[in-house]
Amino acid sequence: MSLQKTEVDAIARLAGISVDPAEGEQLTAKLSNVLAIFQQMQAIDTNGIEPMAHPLDQVQRLREDCITETNHREAYQSLAPKAENGLYLVPQVID
Amino acid sequence: MHTLSIKEMSDKLQKREITSVDLTQHYLNRIDQYDPTLNAYVTVTPELALEMANQADALLDAGKGHRLTGIPIAHKDIFCSLGIKTTCGSKMLDNFISPYDAKVVEMTRELAMPILGKTNMDEFAMGSSTESSYYGATLNPWDHQAVPGGSSGGAAAVIAAGLAPLATGSDTGGSIRQPASFCGITGIKPTYGTVSRYGMIAYASSFDQGGAMTRSAQEAAWLLQVMAGFDERDSTSLEQDAADFSQQLGQSIKGLKIGVPAEYFESGLDASVEQAVRTALSEYEALGAELISVNLPNKDLAVPAYYVLAPAEASSNLSRFDGVRYGYRCDNPQSLEDLYHRSRSEGLGAEVKRRIMVGAYVLSAGYYDAYYLKAQKLRRMVRDDFTKAFESCDVIMGPVAPTPAFNIGEKSDDPVSMYLADLYTIPVNLAGLPAMSVPAGFAKGRPVGLHLIGPYHSEAALLNIAHQYQQVTDWHCQMPATYK
Repeated sequence: MSLQKTEVDAIARLAGISVDPAEGEQLTAKLSNVLAIFQQMQAIDTNGIEPMAHPLDQVQRLREDCITETNHREAYQSLAPKAENGLYLVPQVID
Repeated sequence: MHTLSIKEMSDKLQKREITSVDLTQHYLNRIDQYDPTLNAYVTVTPELALEMANQADALLDAGKGHRLTGIPIAHKDIFCSLGIKTTCGSKMLDNFISPYDAKVVEMTRELAMPILGKTNMDEFAMGSSTESSYYGATLNPWDHQAVPGGSSGGAAAVIAAGLAPLATGSDTGGSIRQPASFCGITGIKPTYGTVSRYGMIAYASSFDQGGAMTRSAQEAAWLLQVMAGFDERDSTSLEQDAADFSQQLGQSIKGLKIGVPAEYFESGLDASVEQAVRTALSEYEALGAELISVNLPNKDLAVPAYYVLAPAEASSNLSRFDGVRYGYRCDNPQSLEDLYHRSRSEGLGAEVKRRIMVGAYVLSAGYYDAYYLKAQKLRRMVRDDFTKAFESCDVIMGPVAPTPAFNIGEKSDDPVSMYLADLYTIPVNLAGLPAMSVPAGFAKGRPVGLHLIGPYHSEAALLNIAHQYQQVTDWHCQMPATYK
């Protein structure tokens, strides 16, 4: 299965990644090669088979709805590329 | 000192014949001497290691040590470690000093096991050669032209070269077993849910599982014991106490039924690897085990199913790397979207970006049923094959990888050929079963591992099956000449 460059651009947008135009062609070819190995799955009859999301078919464990975390804001924000007054800074979003 | 077994080290430490400080310093010296070439560590932590060694000696002097107290360890750089750089092999986390400890790291601190440093790995554990690390490839200690395997290649290399007595690893599609095979060491990936994933940087959460990398099965049993156990901070942690993994060591394996899947010996398996594996199977027969032919008919579907499911989970897990809260941020972002896109594009490597994109694609509208749901159904079929096989055998054995370690650069430009080489390890992760790689000789001068796969929660039995083999062979004791 071969992907078109426009499809790769659309996937990149979904993935939150920008593709360097110089690498576009090579990336398209490599992604197409990966998708090609998926084709053999289509020949298999999976009617009546339940999808398996987890080994051991585990279900999510529930816990009491109470506060368990303590405040680590300063420690965590010390790792941020840009933070000020307890806020993470990003480029302006609203004019 | 680096040729002692863990049991010998432990005995000498308990009897105070050696100190943890001396032992730790010995390994730090070896790291200084050899790691500039080998590149198995991303970060070495000599001050922390010696401080912890002093704590260990104080505990041991007071007679309060655990059997692993004072024995140094190297953690894969996927495990968050408080105050230590934790990179996951990525430029994205090159500046990340973890604000907390993974459960696995926490345990080794509680036991005063000196942390020597963090080992190299494929970026975000996505790879089978350790070549995709931002910090450069790790070399295979047996042959510097060869890859050590991956993604836990640094961990396998430090054990093989005697640059750490114990190492932690993680296995999503074979990342403990394949490097263990390529470097001639013992590695165990336990049943999914046995080792807490808390603080282990997520790649594909329904597959990711921590485990132990050591020289021998007995050592793996000791290390796994302190890594395993219920942890409420991991929502998929098994709600049961860990078994005693050493309990069965020493039991006879007479009458053991070994399943040999025909599909694991088909074309594509290197003749020299097959030879080593079949010789190991004969050794087991000599120990009183019986070989039984079993079938895993859907084996070939495991690789495509895995490369749909794992990237799908990765695309979700790695969305957290956005340049906002921690990690790499691009210079001069023009807008919020530009900040996200460029930080990710510049901070993540080519293979990681490819897998995120594949994941975004298979989850996108119009493709979900054809790929993601289909792969989940195949996952069940692969699991059911194992369930059926274990009706007639106690353990399944075969090769870990189709070839011995390949050369550096040989597959790094061809992702699909690298994916297809994981055909024996991936089915195990789809099913969530425990499995090991055990040193079983050499092919073309490079180590070969024997693959042991057991039913759920059979770690203690698997470790003994490996241990019995190691009582009559010495492959696990051999060291590459350069590092003796």
